[in-house]
Amino acid sequence: MILEPAMETLSRDDLEQLQIERLQTTLNRVYRNVAFYRKQFDTHRIIPDNVASLSDLANLPFTTKADLNQAYPYDMFAVPLKDIVRIHSTSGTTGRALVVGYTRNDIRHWSTLVARLLTSAGVTEHDFIQIAYHYSLFTGGLGFHYGAEHLGASVVPSSENSDLSKQLTLMKDFKITALASTPNYALKLARVMQEMNIHPDRLHLKRAVLGAEPWSEKQRQEIESRLHIDAYDNYGISEVMGPGMAGECREKNGLHINEDHFIAEVIDPKTLKPLAAGEEGELVFTTLTKEGFPLIRYRTGDLAALYERSCPCGRTTLRMSRIAGRTDNLIIFKGSKLMPEQIGDLLLSVQGLTPHYQIILETKNLVEEMEVKVEISENLPGFDEIRKLEAMKSDIAKTIKHHLNILPRISLVEPNSLKPLPGQKEKRVIDNRSN
Amino acid sequence: MLKIRNLDAGYGRLKVVRRLSLHVNPSEIVAIIGANGAGKSTLLNTISGLIRPTGGQIMLEGSEVTSVAAEKRVFLGMAQVREGRHLFAPMTVMENLILGSYTQFQRKREKEIQEDLDYVLSIFPRLAERRTQLAGTLSGGEQQMLAMARALMSRPRLLMLDEPSMGLAPRLVREIFNIIIRLGSEGRTLLLVEQNASAALSIADRGYVLETGHIVLEGPAQELKSNPDVQRAYLGKEYKKINE
Repeated sequence: MILEPAMETLSRDDLEQLQIERLQTTLNRVYRNVAFYRKQFDTHRIIPDNVASLSDLANLPFTTKADLNQAYPYDMFAVPLKDIVRIHSTSGTTGRALVVGYTRNDIRHWSTLVARLLTSAGVTEHDFIQIAYHYSLFTGGLGFHYGAEHLGASVVPSSENSDLSKQLTLMKDFKITALASTPNYALKLARVMQEMNIHPDRLHLKRAVLGAEPWSEKQRQEIESRLHIDAYDNYGISEVMGPGMAGECREKNGLHINEDHFIAEVIDPKTLKPLAAGEEGELVFTTLTKEGFPLIRYRTGDLAALYERSCPCGRTTLRMSRIAGRTDNLIIFKGSKLMPEQIGDLLLSVQGLTPHYQIILETKNLVEEMEVKVEISENLPGFDEIRKLEAMKSDIAKTIKHHLNILPRISLVEPNSLKPLPGQKEKRVIDNRSN
Repeated sequence: MLKIRNLDAGYGRLKVVRRLSLHVNPSEIVAIIGANGAGKSTLLNTISGLIRPTGGQIMLEGSEVTSVAAEKRVFLGMAQVREGRHLFAPMTVMENLILGSYTQFQRKREKEIQEDLDYVLSIFPRLAERRTQLAGTLSGGEQQMLAMARALMSRPRLLMLDEPSMGLAPRLVREIFNIIIRLGSEGRTLLLVEQNASAALSIADRGYVLETGHIVLEGPAQELKSNPDVQRAYLGKEYKKINE
């Protein structure tokens, strides 16, 4: 099913016209209203008037996460704060939090775009949808909530409850037919179902719309076979809008990008040059309709490829591959994001010096696990007392839990065992999760 | 129906419309709103061919008309009701209407001209009552009706209206706009330029907001109506300074 055929099946020619109109309009607005862009364009000697075609977009400077950090909290907003009706923010685990704002029209568009991706995954107004994303500053919960309501589905805002048995009881009793959550949460539900001895056929669940973290085809098969459902991928990041930027259709072969609201590009993260369709690189998004928080060429840090081939579902929009990884070392663990250096900083705060350390990510019994290996050193006070070492271990764990809200297993290892061999680079993160 | 890409237009060295792109889909009412001097009339006059653009493209139903003369564009299906109506004042209502059917006359469609006359007089019954009156002696509202009726006589596929509500009493504005709604519901394609943003956005499907020759907002008319910037600038709702 297609929610808005007039837009989702627009001819490429008409779409191009719409995109150039909206791009020019957006450029005119950011140049007038956002000091950052005015400065950015002026220093690059760019006159918005000179953007005459979509290929001219490649001449515009990028916007980076660092730019957004600098603008904390409201400097990138393009409308008076009075016109903002909603604020969202990234968790702030990776450095300073990023703040985004939405006008009434932005919320309306966002809801429609989420409704589009729900529709393309087969959700209708007859569905009971359980939203098991966090309802918070995070865009997942409210984004899906508004989208599902816009569609007319019956929304059960259960949030990402850590009590999985409660979540399951709800799913069973309320005859939930659709789930929106992270893939990992869906897998955890599957595991608890097994523990509680609930056969999937005793549920009414038919489909799940999963996202907010990268996942593999293998994980999809696992989720689909364990829950007896169809699982669909979607993509969205808070800086650009949140969920609703792109979503899979029944073909499960690439995520349709809502091109009437965003222009997607893929660039080589090193040379920053645009790549051709089919080539994998860093995803870059430009918003076309955002009023509150427009972005020009925002570098997402996510790696993917774009496909131009037409899709049997009838949509004419570009598709993107699943996210294949990151340009940086960003770790996405159980839905939260962190940089390995943040662990290093916390080790420094506990021990007074930064030891060699390594982060190992694994999936055990369908659950993501993190282990942090920390080298002990002779310079540490009480390095030869087991009791003190144990205390240090629990200190590290507590500190990480406190600051990052994740609880890794801490193992202390022999001095010099993690130190890289001469000429080798230190391997900070070992991710075995997709194996 | 109409696609405009990167249009530049103005008078001599004065650029009034800059890099402007817009489109009108078949059977759509599109409103262009903006303050005095934003470039609305210049834009419309450039689309109809009265002003030659200095850059950009105008496509009508897939073919480029950028350098086609204004009178030829009428044959291609464009008609414009200019601001100030520009009637033939010393001629009667009927004579003005007949002149509007010039393109049809050239095509030797006498029978259709008669049908069209019956049709426009049914939409504007007031004109039927004043068939023999001289156009110059009509009231402002009636003149506006006559100008619209005359444009319809060319059977336009795209009808462009420049400030149809200008200088009219509120009751007449309502009447004119009801007729525009009717034309829209008959499947006609209309491009409307208006300073009366509230009225224009109430009847349009989509809109563009023009400021100093640039489009700064576009979207479904309902969305523009609820956009606080549009409300402050054009709908007379509370104005407060930015970042209070």
